[in-house]
Amino acid sequence: MEDLVLLDAIERYLNGGMSSEEKAFFEEMRRQNPETDQMVVEQQMFLQQLNHYGERREAKHHLHQVHQHLLDTGDIQDSEPVVKGAVIFQLWEKHKRTIAVAASIAGITALTISGALHLLSPKAVDNNYLQNLSRKVNELDAKSKATDKKVATIIATTVAKSPEGTQQLSAGSGFLLDGDGYIITNSHVVNNASTLVVVNKGKEFIAKKVYNDPANDLAILLIDDKDWKPISALPYGIRKGAVDLGEEIFTLGYPRNEVVYNRGYMSASSGFNDDTLSIQIAISANPGNSGGPLLDRNGDIIGVLSTRDREANEVVFGTKSINISRAIIELKKDTAFRNLNLPNYSSVRGMDRVQQIKKIQDCVFMVKGY
Amino acid sequence: MRAEHYEKDLLEGLARNDDRATSAIYKENYSIVQAYILQNNGTYDDARDVFQEAMLVLYEKSKDPNFSLTCQIKTYLYSICRRVWLKRLQQQHRFISANEGFEETVAVEEEIEEKEKLDQDFVMMDTAMKSLGEPCKSLLEAYYIHKKHMVEIADEFGYTNADNAKNQKYKCLMRLKKLFFAQYKQPQ
Repeated sequence: MEDLVLLDAIERYLNGGMSSEEKAFFEEMRRQNPETDQMVVEQQMFLQQLNHYGERREAKHHLHQVHQHLLDTGDIQDSEPVVKGAVIFQLWEKHKRTIAVAASIAGITALTISGALHLLSPKAVDNNYLQNLSRKVNELDAKSKATDKKVATIIATTVAKSPEGTQQLSAGSGFLLDGDGYIITNSHVVNNASTLVVVNKGKEFIAKKVYNDPANDLAILLIDDKDWKPISALPYGIRKGAVDLGEEIFTLGYPRNEVVYNRGYMSASSGFNDDTLSIQIAISANPGNSGGPLLDRNGDIIGVLSTRDREANEVVFGTKSINISRAIIELKKDTAFRNLNLPNYSSVRGMDRVQQIKKIQDCVFMVKGY
Repeated sequence: MRAEHYEKDLLEGLARNDDRATSAIYKENYSIVQAYILQNNGTYDDARDVFQEAMLVLYEKSKDPNFSLTCQIKTYLYSICRRVWLKRLQQQHRFISANEGFEETVAVEEEIEEKEKLDQDFVMMDTAMKSLGEPCKSLLEAYYIHKKHMVEIADEFGYTNADNAKNQKYKCLMRLKKLFFAQYKQPQ
């Protein structure tokens, strides 16, 4: 309480809110008591910092508004300018005949080529060559199932929230996008599940699916559980820029009932069949790693781990982080989710890997579907 | 002479957060910076981030009464953006094509150093604020950032009187201070 009185006095002193008498008394106190004097100096510095922070925040906000306004008026652009229809039309008029001839030749060639390709290319692309890395629970061998059961019965008495009498369909990984409990994972991890449970450090939480985009294989869950305590600041940020070949990448996930760390590198900037929305990583990943974060050396998210090549070792594909941003924009169209904010900065930049993992693993979850 | 006056007016406007001045500076300089960054392995998002960071540097400078700009605003902003972007590429260990751009530049080493310190301060305060929790965060923001009056705040947050709100505010401020200074001790 005394501290509060002193703080109040200091603040009034710094604001010039003291009468001259009071001020003289206070200055005398400062002279006689070096501790008080130090507190005044410290408080002054801190209030300056806080003031500066406020001004800077307002200025940043203002700049964003100006940017948006200039975009709206067309004074600046933020994407490739669109070629005007009129120009194309003129070109078409001019070269109609040539184009028609060229097109028919191209058509014939294309037919021949696609015929040839058909013979050379694999018949069905999808599931034969790519393996979703979600863990099908009934695929697990009997032994580990027995152990699980034992563990489960022990846990059941304390925290288990899995619905009774139902069979677990799939398991994968996921990670927090917002400390309020928004978790991103792969669409294929949560598909078909009627109940979802996420687990971190043995604690289970009920979650519900709020967004699903099977085309990009992304789903967003929201923890809907009174035991969940929001996390105020996530340790990682979302990296927006391109990732270069050879950059070190690491992941955390749940191929087992325990979190597992793996490390690899960026091996191609497009995914399976030249899919430009995904990337290829050379990393060892197992069923259960699906939906886990792909992080760069600074601890920034560059994507979501999703599938691996059945035929080749250590060929893993991930969805680029830009798809996360897109999913969020879609989700936020629903006003109920307007408060969702993606993390901006990585606070684990420059730390060694062990420290980074310690911070990040709190935000990586096992996702179980029933 | 007239051009110089014009630029001086713009800077004064920027310092006041004046919408017209900020928009004018933004509009006149954005495209050059954007072109430079797009040419050098950057994205549209990168261009926006870097340009806004440079605008913040200019904003801080414009508020300093001892500051006088010795070159055109355009040259100043472009030089800062260029340094910031080259540095960022370097930090990401990405290869830089030797495209130096054709615009005139001035030395901005001091500015960059200062900027980094300010950025760091900002992030530290931001982290402290974000881990503070409610209602402390909103309470401190209302008083120290939005400069609202204590009576108004007491009303808004449902305190019985301004003194109660004030006590709560000091408690929150002490917690914020603790969170802020704890980051100095943490090994970076």
